Amino acid sequence: MEDKELAIDCCLLAGRLMMEAGAETYRVEDTMVRMAGTQMLSSTHSFVTPTGIIFSPGSSYHTKLIRIKDRTTDLEKVALVNDVSRKLSTAEYTLEEAYAKLKEIEQANVMFPLWLQIIAAAIASGCFLILFDGLWIDVPIAVLAGGFGFVIVTKIHELTRVKFFAEFIASLFIALIGFAAIQGGIGTQLDKIIIGAVMPLVPGLLITNAVRDLMAGHFVSGLSKGAEAFLTAFAIGAGVAFVLSF
Amino acid sequence: MLAWVIQGVLSFLASIGFGIIFNAPRKMLFYCGFVGMMGWLVYFAFNGMTGDAVQASFLGAFTVALFAHIFAKRFRTPMIIFSVAGIIPLVPGGMAYNAMRHIVENDYLTSISYASQAFMVSGAIAMGLVFAEVIIQLIFRAGVGRRGKKTI
Repeated sequence: MEDKELAIDCCLLAGRLMMEAGAETYRVEDTMVRMAGTQMLSSTHSFVTPTGIIFSPGSSYHTKLIRIKDRTTDLEKVALVNDVSRKLSTAEYTLEEAYAKLKEIEQANVMFPLWLQIIAAAIASGCFLILFDGLWIDVPIAVLAGGFGFVIVTKIHELTRVKFFAEFIASLFIALIGFAAIQGGIGTQLDKIIIGAVMPLVPGLLITNAVRDLMAGHFVSGLSKGAEAFLTAFAIGAGVAFVLSF
Repeated sequence: MLAWVIQGVLSFLASIGFGIIFNAPRKMLFYCGFVGMMGWLVYFAFNGMTGDAVQASFLGAFTVALFAHIFAKRFRTPMIIFSVAGIIPLVPGGMAYNAMRHIVENDYLTSISYASQAFMVSGAIAMGLVFAEVIIQLIFRAGVGRRGKKTI
């Protein structure tokens, strides 16, 4: 009986970690049910949405609900949890080891350092400018605006915890930098600069995941992810529009 | 020819950049970049040939998912690690931007056409991903035998 409680907790923890790291809904459900299967829990059901997981481990145990508060994209965490679940099912880990490992993953900070992320965002912005038929002279401005926008979105998100506000302010600043560069005569195509610099903020993962979830029949997750993507896109668009409207 | 090399290198760098932002495992960054490059080159080729962004995005996303699956099988990791960064260059950021810009300028008709184009392209990307996944699973199942693993 004790053992099964640990197994249930283990499944829930794995599910929550994966969902918080931005894994696909079907993969989370699949992983949880498979982990439960290796621990001799039969007829389990898991219902995963972006904001919470409901997990029913058969008729003799209580159904559990776990809330998901914060969602980021952390692909390494997805890979690590996936690895634990695979090793548990091949009996390479015991249940206790797997649970300890998952706890470790929960505490660990495996993100790249912030400065590297900023540089990556800046370089990606410059690359996108050229990919979208921009001119080479505009690259420095796009690099600057993209890096700066990423700094703002991270800092304001840490400060206020309101994602949409952070994105609005960041895209506002990106558009301002682009606009100032045009006025100062160092930039030529405002549209391309803004599109390139805004790319690190665009909710590309959310949009594609939303449509994929819808196609796979996960309507609740699909619609809520779609709503999140729409709000993000709207926040970015509103920030840019605010500057353009002058 | 030079244009192709430039497009390839830049899409490679951009995808690696997104791999870093999304915190992909360090050892996989190179493959993230490769997947993104292949997807973008296919998109670039078809967009240049037909001028239809929707079809080109579908094929680009299909390529991304195909390579992502091959790498995912090889390294025994979830495929999302490779596909997420690879998809980003295909996302219709420019169209969404234009749609927003025309709304601000009170030119609603033009903005609707841009917005519906952006919607079609993101639908095409998702379709490309799902199609590639289904086809790979069919081949994999036929080749390796029944494993009864649930996909999608």
